[in-house]
This record gives sequence, structure tokens and C-alpha cells, in this order.
Amino acid sequence: MSTVPPPWPTDVLIPCPWCGDREDLEFKYGGAGQVAYPKDPGTTGDASWARYVFYRPNTKGPFVERWVHTAGCRRWFTLTRDTATHEILP
Amino acid sequence: MTQPSPHVDRLWRSPDLKRSYDVVIVGAGGHGLATAYYLAKNHGIVNVAVLERGWLAGGNMARNTTVIRSNYLFDQSAAIYEHSLKLWEGLSGELDYDIKFSQRGVLNLVHNIGDARESRRRVNANRLNGIDAEWLTPDEVKAFCPIVNVSSDLRYPVMGGTLQRRGGIAKHDYVAWAFARKADQMGVDLIQNCEVTGFDVTDGKVTGVQTSRGRISAGKVALCAAGHSTELASKVGLDLPIQSHPLQALVSELLEPVLNCVVMSNAIHVYVSQADKGELVMGAGIDPYNSYAQRGSPHVIEYQVAAAIELFPIFRRVHVLRTWAGIVDVSPDASPIIGLTPVENLFINCGWGTGGFKATPAAGWVYAHTIATGRPHALNAPFNLERFSSGALIDEHGAAAVAH
Repeated sequence: MSTVPPPWPTDVLIPCPWCGDREDLEFKYGGAGQVAYPKDPGTTGDASWARYVFYRPNTKGPFVERWVHTAGCRRWFTLTRDTATHEILP
Repeated sequence: MTQPSPHVDRLWRSPDLKRSYDVVIVGAGGHGLATAYYLAKNHGIVNVAVLERGWLAGGNMARNTTVIRSNYLFDQSAAIYEHSLKLWEGLSGELDYDIKFSQRGVLNLVHNIGDARESRRRVNANRLNGIDAEWLTPDEVKAFCPIVNVSSDLRYPVMGGTLQRRGGIAKHDYVAWAFARKADQMGVDLIQNCEVTGFDVTDGKVTGVQTSRGRISAGKVALCAAGHSTELASKVGLDLPIQSHPLQALVSELLEPVLNCVVMSNAIHVYVSQADKGELVMGAGIDPYNSYAQRGSPHVIEYQVAAAIELFPIFRRVHVLRTWAGIVDVSPDASPIIGLTPVENLFINCGWGTGGFKATPAAGWVYAHTIATGRPHALNAPFNLERFSSGALIDEHGAAAVAH
């Protein structure tokens, strides 16, 4: 995996699975990952829709999230990052 | 008006923690302290503890850019922020402490036709709600704030702006200390270095809190923890539609008085004012990713400085003194959540995102009412948690001009 050093110090490098570590500036953030679409939308009530549309995990610590490398390969991927330290976790 | 000693440890007692309180407020930021003050003053409830994990007003209250305005688009927002502004106008006298509230005017610059239309609409909406608002042409912008570059050479030239003359800034530390001192004088216990680690709930009703200094029983518990609201609420099994993000800001070295008002630009995105001490205080938008780290990415700072230099060429050689970040609680509609929760006697005040400082007095006022009476005040009734299921959102995204 290639690593492109950023032109200035940064503590948020995002490892694109295809392009390697790049500064977060090159990405768009997709928020929490693993958010399941309602199984049966036809019978899903308002409260459940609210949970799907508006409620997301907001964990302090290891956090599964989505990113898209908009200024690079433009592919989406899932990442686990520690929201307390910004450390990228395996 | 007396100006108390700046030694903050003498402005309030350091009482021992009692085992029982009528109301426990979690979080001694501006909102928590204002809530305690109005609980005591407006409702006569003084058997109150404000618990703070760190030190008093050391979170976002110490990290915001102190902009105060009420020129929001929607009626519900306009009502609560205007109530806040009216409280600000009397606050130094009421708290007997010069909080350096300065109504120097808040100027929102416009750089494209869409924003110009939206801003004129907002001026009209503000006026209908009894809020002062004016549309300024580029020449009028220049006359009001001479150092703004309104030339057509700008990549995104200034096409005008809205002005709220009653808007301005205040000294954030003094605001917190003033509320803390008065609440303390009325008998409220301000407890620092006391982290809430859990809640006692019996039959769907909260009865106390567990803390790093032992268990406390409580008649009512009021959460007031901004970016850490979801972490706290999760300890009682309550989910909130809140995402925590870093919001960065910076100050320059100290300068002679050079900027006479607050200038905000949505399109090229920076807001800047000059504090009494002389430093330029700047901010912009949140970092996009979730974080509790109280720091953000350097490019966010770089872009807001670039925007500031574009608008104010005379800032070109100013040095940045320091940058920092606070963790802000962003809600889906960029409006706060203040009210009841599914847990009886547990109340929530969060979701102020990037705009909570200006709301400090009104948030305290309506939250105290909600806690004391068990029912929301008319001003915070629309800002309930149920709106995310009912669909009655108060969508201030965009309407609130800059990341507010």
C-alpha cells in the first residue's frame, strides 16, 4: 500500500483500501456504517422510520463508519476508527 | 455595578456533596449554570447540584466564538433566540457582573444570488417576528465595516449582507462565572471533578445518579452535556439523534481595535470578531467526521484563514496564536432538543450544535421551567424529542446562515 505524505502535518489520515493513506480532505464522510434498511418498509411505523432516518450510533471509541474517496478513486469503503483518539483500527 | 475578583475560586463555594438533591444538573457549562440560576430565581428551587466532570465552564463554554444574534428564519427558532437576546440585554445588570456584552452588530455577508434572495427573505421573516434586521448593499456593507473588501476583484465578491445591529459578542468566561456566582449565592451546589457514571432508574423513573464521588439521590435529573449527551444518555438506555463533531476555532495575536462588528460569511465560510482584549476570534464549520478528541483537521483552519484574508486583506500578516476544537452535538435539523424524555423525571437539553452560546440565558430559562413544572415552556415545546418521529422538524440548516 502506497503512502503519500501530506504537505503539512495532520493527524487524520484515512486509509483508502485502494489508494493508501490520504488526508481526510480527499474524502467525504458517510457517517456510521452498518445501518440496516428496515426489513419490511411497508409496515414500518413512524417510530421505526425515525430511528432509521435520524438515529445513528455516536460511539466514543471504536466506531464503524463509511468514507468515499471523492478526490481519488471515488470508491466507498468501511473503516473502524477510534473517535476518542482518531486512531485507525484494524 | 461591582466587578468581582477575577479569581474564580472565590466567586463560589466549594461545598461538600450532599447525598440528596431535588434537582441534579449534569454538566456545569453555560447552559447548566444558567439552568441552575433560573431554577433558583424563577422557580425557588435551590436544593440543586450542578455536577461537572472537569472544571466549571471548561468545555464548549471555554471554546466557542461568543457570537450572539437572533436572526433565525423559522418562527420557533426566532422566538427562543430573540428571548435569549432580550435576556442578554439585561444580563450584566441582573447578574451584577459586567459580562462585556457588546451589541456591535452582526453582519452576514452574501456572495451569490441564491444567498442574496434567501437573506432578503430572512430579513423579512425576522422583521415579521419583531427582530431587527436590515439588508445592506455592498456600499452599505463597506460603510458599516470599512475593512471588508467589497471590490469586484474578489473571487466571490460581496453582493450585500444582512445586519442585526442588536447582535454582538460577550465574554464567555464572565458569563459562566456570573451565572455560577449568583446560583451559588442562592444555595445551588456547584460540584466540580465529579463525573456521572450511571443513573438509578426504578419503574421507568430516575431516582438518582451514580458518580465518581458516590451515589446521589435526585428528584429530577437534567442532562446538559452538549457533545457528550449521547454517551450520558446511553447509560440510561436512551438513544438521541445526535452526532458529535469537532468544531474548530482560532485566535490571532492581540491587535489594536480594527474590526468593529461581527462578520460572518456563509459562502466562503468564516466568522470573525475582535475580542475586547484585541485578538481576532475566528471559526467556520464543523469537521465532517464524528469525534470526541477536541481537535480537528488542519485544513479546516487553513480554509477559514484563507476566507478571512480574502475578505479582510489587512489580516494578511496577522499571526495565529492558537487553535482548538470543542465537541459539538449536532442534531438532524440543526435545532436543539430541550424537554422531557421517555424516562420520568429525566430531562434533556442538547443538540445546540454550533450555536449554543448565544442561547445560554434562554436555554437556562426554558429548561428550568421544563424541569420545575414537568412541562415544556411555550418556547421550547416545539424543540421536543418526538419531532423526529412526528416529522415536525425545525430545519434551520441553511436558514441559520453560517454554521450557527
